[in-house]
Amino acid sequence: MKLKRIICIAISLVLVAALAAGCSANEKKGESGAFKIGGTGPLTGVAAIYGTAAMNGAQIAVDEINAMGGIKFELKYEDDEHDAEKAVNAYNTLKDWGMQIFLGSVTSTPAVATSAEAFNDRIFSLTPSASSTDVTKGKDNMFQMCFADPNQGTASAQYIADKNLGTKIAVIYKNDDPYSKGIYNTFAEKAAELNLEIVSTTTFTDDSQTDFNVQLLDAKDKGADLIFLPMYYTPASLIFQQAKAMGYAPKYFGVDGMDGILTLENFDTSLAEGVILLTPFNADSNDERTVNFVNKYKELFDEIPNQFAADGYDCIYALKAALEAAECKPSMTASELCEKLIGAFTTMKFDGLTGDSMTWAANGEVSKSPKGMVIQNGAYVGLD
Amino acid sequence: MTFLSYLISGLSLGSVYAIIALGYTMVYGIAKMLNFAHGDVIMVGAYVCFFAMTRWGINPVFGILLAMAVCTVLGVIIERLAYKPLRAVPSLFVLITAIGMSYFLQNAAQLLWTPNPKVFTSVVGNASIKLFDGQLSISVIAIVTIAACFVIMAVLSWYINNTKMGKAMRACSEDKGAAQLMGISVNLTISVTFAIGSALAAVAGVLLCSAYPTLMPTTGAMPGIKAFTAAVFGGIGSIPGAMIGGIMLGIIEIFGKGYISTQLSDAVVFAVLIIVLLVKPTGILGKQINEKV
Repeated sequence: MKLKRIICIAISLVLVAALAAGCSANEKKGESGAFKIGGTGPLTGVAAIYGTAAMNGAQIAVDEINAMGGIKFELKYEDDEHDAEKAVNAYNTLKDWGMQIFLGSVTSTPAVATSAEAFNDRIFSLTPSASSTDVTKGKDNMFQMCFADPNQGTASAQYIADKNLGTKIAVIYKNDDPYSKGIYNTFAEKAAELNLEIVSTTTFTDDSQTDFNVQLLDAKDKGADLIFLPMYYTPASLIFQQAKAMGYAPKYFGVDGMDGILTLENFDTSLAEGVILLTPFNADSNDERTVNFVNKYKELFDEIPNQFAADGYDCIYALKAALEAAECKPSMTASELCEKLIGAFTTMKFDGLTGDSMTWAANGEVSKSPKGMVIQNGAYVGLD
Repeated sequence: MTFLSYLISGLSLGSVYAIIALGYTMVYGIAKMLNFAHGDVIMVGAYVCFFAMTRWGINPVFGILLAMAVCTVLGVIIERLAYKPLRAVPSLFVLITAIGMSYFLQNAAQLLWTPNPKVFTSVVGNASIKLFDGQLSISVIAIVTIAACFVIMAVLSWYINNTKMGKAMRACSEDKGAAQLMGISVNLTISVTFAIGSALAAVAGVLLCSAYPTLMPTTGAMPGIKAFTAAVFGGIGSIPGAMIGGIMLGIIEIFGKGYISTQLSDAVVFAVLIIVLLVKPTGILGKQINEKV
């Protein structure tokens, strides 16, 4: 028993020492002449596709900028497994490393947690893809590179109306998911305003995301010619398969969660033929910067980059532009940089892979126009 | 026509629940324990069949047989390692061990096969039969699932009522101590029960993923819980009960979605379950057990 107690005391001493070491490391600045940028994202686990893509995209941008001369960056990504608690731990690890600028978290749930920390610590933060409005709400130093959720719903309705894609619309959304429900709510509002007719609205939950026959039959019986699917690609793949089995072939319209469906292992891509999705990035574009980026990404990671990769890439270039505009130096502390960057971001215009002349509002939301894409022969093709 | 479509969807979903529920109910009836890892054995079976078919290009029939073999071995190993040492302790401990085993299998699958979803290729193809000028379409997999469910139930009932091992199972189910005194090897009987239950789980996994082709480490979890509900619904421990419970659960779920509300379908299912259990506390076909004082 006594031995146990001694061991306990020894362990707690070691832990206290480790904490103290952590504090002192905290005060380090970027001495190497490079800005230290940290980010967290799911590099393993269910959402790993998103985290690794954002990290890879950001890394390509960092390597390019470092090779140019001038501003230098040092990038470090920590795994948060799409979990809020682990994200805060990852954030603390990055702070100990001496992070001066934060790339936020890749997915919304962890980003809500880490943004609260970054707000208290006054570390400037720009997330590539956490789209929930809770990430930026009430925090002056939080900015987003992606559309906020409500904008996706509005933009989708606007796009369907502008292009005359459907006259009778059905919506299937995931009732227990704030992402899906948030997009649906703004979509329905905008659709009413634009006189789009929604004939069928059905839902599913985490517990019932296998059988969609009822939802599809309802849409079919009411004569829907377009189904709007604000959801991730896994349930969507089941919807395509079950609709085909019942001989129902409407048009499908998805949002950014649909991006990734073509990389689903063993997925019959012919099922997704003709699916339209709204994403800010089109890997198929002829734009020179996009072509370069896509080629580099393919060469390094052996796959076609999705919008998360492009968002990560744009984040780094937007930071570079802002740092240059505000004449920042790597020797500044995180909080000094934070104030300067807030000023730069709310006043600058930025051209990136995911949009031209992007601007940021004081609440951290970005304004950019979405691009319509359609899946043809197993690849994304730009509609505009 | 909509009614018929719903009915067929319900029958097909219910048959999958029923096959899973057969495994639950058999293990419960004989070993008197709730094997919560059953749903995850289904997932393992589906993965084995998936790799056999798409990675190694094996014929689907052999894929199913391989999955059954792997699951049988897995079921027996789980029983030996996790449940057998706990045979003498109160059943609550075994229940918790079973939940732990379920998480272990899910996490092991995440490590081995990554959590990224895979799309299962249906073992019978994606064809469907069109009736009434294409107004009603029935997928072949739905027919196969419903047929498989009836065949499995018939064979299991025959096996338990007419073979020597079946007799041993019934004896163990009634009184383990007395069965042992009569010269029945209780351990062997329970192992055989697990072997059969796990082989059925492999079949259920393949059929489940053929009908709803997303395969992830958590694929078996929710159907497992629904099937457990079905087993309780039909009267846990009763083989025809599991079948009736499974099919009714599937039909109520689909009708609830179709005629009441997609948002309330699970609430409808469980409301019906509560009403049934209030009227018949042992389930539809459950045995009335008289407490001996």
